Amino acid sequence: MSIQPGTEGSGSAPETVPPPSSPDKGMFGVMGTGDVSGFGRLVRPRPAVFDSPRPYGGYFDDVYDALEEAYPAFSEAIEKVVVDRAELTLHIRPERIKDVCQVMRDDGSLKFELCSSVDCVDYLATDERRFHIAYQLTSMTYRRRVRLEAAVADGVPLPSVTSVYPTADWQEREVYDMFGVVFTGHPNLTRILMPDDWEGHPQRKDYPLGGVPVEYKGAEIPPPDQRRVYQ
Amino acid sequence: MTSSEYASARETTEGRVFTVTGGDWDSVTSSIDPLSNEKIVVNMGPQHPSTHGVLRLVLELEGETVIEARPVIGYLHTGIEKNLEYRTWTQGVTFVTRMDYLANMSNEAAYCFAVEKLLGIEDQITERASTIRVMFMELQRIASHLVWLATTGMELGAISMMLYGFREREYILDIFEETSGLRMNNGYIRPGGLAQDLPDSAVKKIRDLLVYLPKKLKEYEAMLSGQIIWQKRTQGIAVLDVTGCLALGITGPVLRAAGLPWDLRKTMPYAGYETYEFDVPTATTADVWGRYLVRLAEIKESLKIVEQTLDRLKPGPVWVADKKIAWPAQLALGVDGLGNSLEHVAKIMGQSMESLIHHFKLVTEGFRVPPGQVYVAVEHPRGELGVHAVSDGGTHPYRVHYREPSFVNLQAIPAMAEGALLADVIAGGASLDPVMGGCDR
Repeated sequence: MSIQPGTEGSGSAPETVPPPSSPDKGMFGVMGTGDVSGFGRLVRPRPAVFDSPRPYGGYFDDVYDALEEAYPAFSEAIEKVVVDRAELTLHIRPERIKDVCQVMRDDGSLKFELCSSVDCVDYLATDERRFHIAYQLTSMTYRRRVRLEAAVADGVPLPSVTSVYPTADWQEREVYDMFGVVFTGHPNLTRILMPDDWEGHPQRKDYPLGGVPVEYKGAEIPPPDQRRVYQ
Repeated sequence: MTSSEYASARETTEGRVFTVTGGDWDSVTSSIDPLSNEKIVVNMGPQHPSTHGVLRLVLELEGETVIEARPVIGYLHTGIEKNLEYRTWTQGVTFVTRMDYLANMSNEAAYCFAVEKLLGIEDQITERASTIRVMFMELQRIASHLVWLATTGMELGAISMMLYGFREREYILDIFEETSGLRMNNGYIRPGGLAQDLPDSAVKKIRDLLVYLPKKLKEYEAMLSGQIIWQKRTQGIAVLDVTGCLALGITGPVLRAAGLPWDLRKTMPYAGYETYEFDVPTATTADVWGRYLVRLAEIKESLKIVEQTLDRLKPGPVWVADKKIAWPAQLALGVDGLGNSLEHVAKIMGQSMESLIHHFKLVTEGFRVPPGQVYVAVEHPRGELGVHAVSDGGTHPYRVHYREPSFVNLQAIPAMAEGALLADVIAGGASLDPVMGGCDR
């Protein structure tokens, strides 16, 4: 399926990205149409994330120091540290993600035995490296959680962590299926939720919602931007 | 070569292909030469009563032994995560409740905890709302475990268990219907509170359940635990130890049946679970039998929690005080279903224009959520349910990802099935309790 930006004309989606919305303005601060139907294909940029200053508080400093000590290439691997809403996010260079996971799992003072979740967020139009893969690691020994985040541009692969956390197998397949991010070293990187012959990666921000002809008794539903609009 | 009207055969480039529709294996085995065709590939599902939903298993068999098992999923993929990005934060509840349709309260609660953490209003959730949330999550756990018991009983040949399990579950769904108007897909827990208060009639029904269900649990134990067929079908079957569970990311009753008392309600408490008294049941056998025992014991523990929530229930608001987040209307259950209460309609239509505007804006546009990301996990009947929610500061989620225990746990099927007998694939798969609606989302 080809993904075309909305063409100009009555009732079509706006071609330009709306300006960043400011949470400070107005009671609700909604800009543009305030469309909640989903047919306008809202694309909103997201404010940049900044480094948090030390101390991070809680166990976050311990995790940071332990990783720094256990992983020799720490200063090259780490891009940013963000503490927000009592959660620690370590932004890791994508090529180092597997090594960092290995240390996070095996080092005695880190012990992140469980990889709870691997998923991806598409920061289209806000970040050149638009796909941010988030690894939610859980340490059952210390009862801690840490998020690792690795950002890649479209078409750039990153190492698979399946050899460290076998549970990432299906989750990386889902990220590939939904976003088209390629994990090198994955044993079987195929589509998992969508049919094998599906074209495109549905969770990308430039992939429209709907628009798949639904065949039922000969009827087909057109894509949202080609549907009739009442104004 | 024989041709049967039930198991027709055709020649393909891959070999001979049979379409088997029932108990007609005789015609398959009689037309296979055991010397030249020792391997059979069986495609089980996606429409099969024993696969616990639309799960497809591709099994390579040598005799009755499974050499290779490949689960194939995605038949129930509904794009809920994508749809969420096009709705307001509050509307999201309507979607997530439909993911794991046997544990909709847990889905809703996890989503609401994530939204509330993004908003920074976790501490403002009223005590009554929090207590009712815990109560309903636990009732949901009981209902889900009852369905597990019912379907697993059916899959292993104990058909009466299926009838009993579904019958008892209906009592819990009645309570949900009394409160939210719906048996399933309730949309009851909302960011900032609850869709509406718990009626007294529901409290009475819950009290009745607390008396009724323990008796029934004894009957199930009497029926299944001592039964030799049930024991033979479950003991020593589909063993997965703690190391295997952690490597594959398996959580919930399967992990606890392997001996690790990892329960997020105890280890990383949320919604005030640390103030309730309950135990985390474990087993050490790491097999289907252990998972059965753990789930039965968990039902009893959940009943204990429900009882404590009832004792704690004090009158009070069920919404946060912040009027820019709380749903403007007090919903009421009328004869034609759930809707705005008459007092609220009288106020916005007759007295206060500002109230009407506020109501309209909040319902159509929703509230804004400050930018950032959170990961919130709850103990779902099947394991860790994680919600990774990202906001860009707007009225819609930027991205919501569900770490579904069914999805992650299904990865264990090859580890449990390979090298075992075909019949044990059913027992092992059932013991994971996958719900495909949650798995495929």
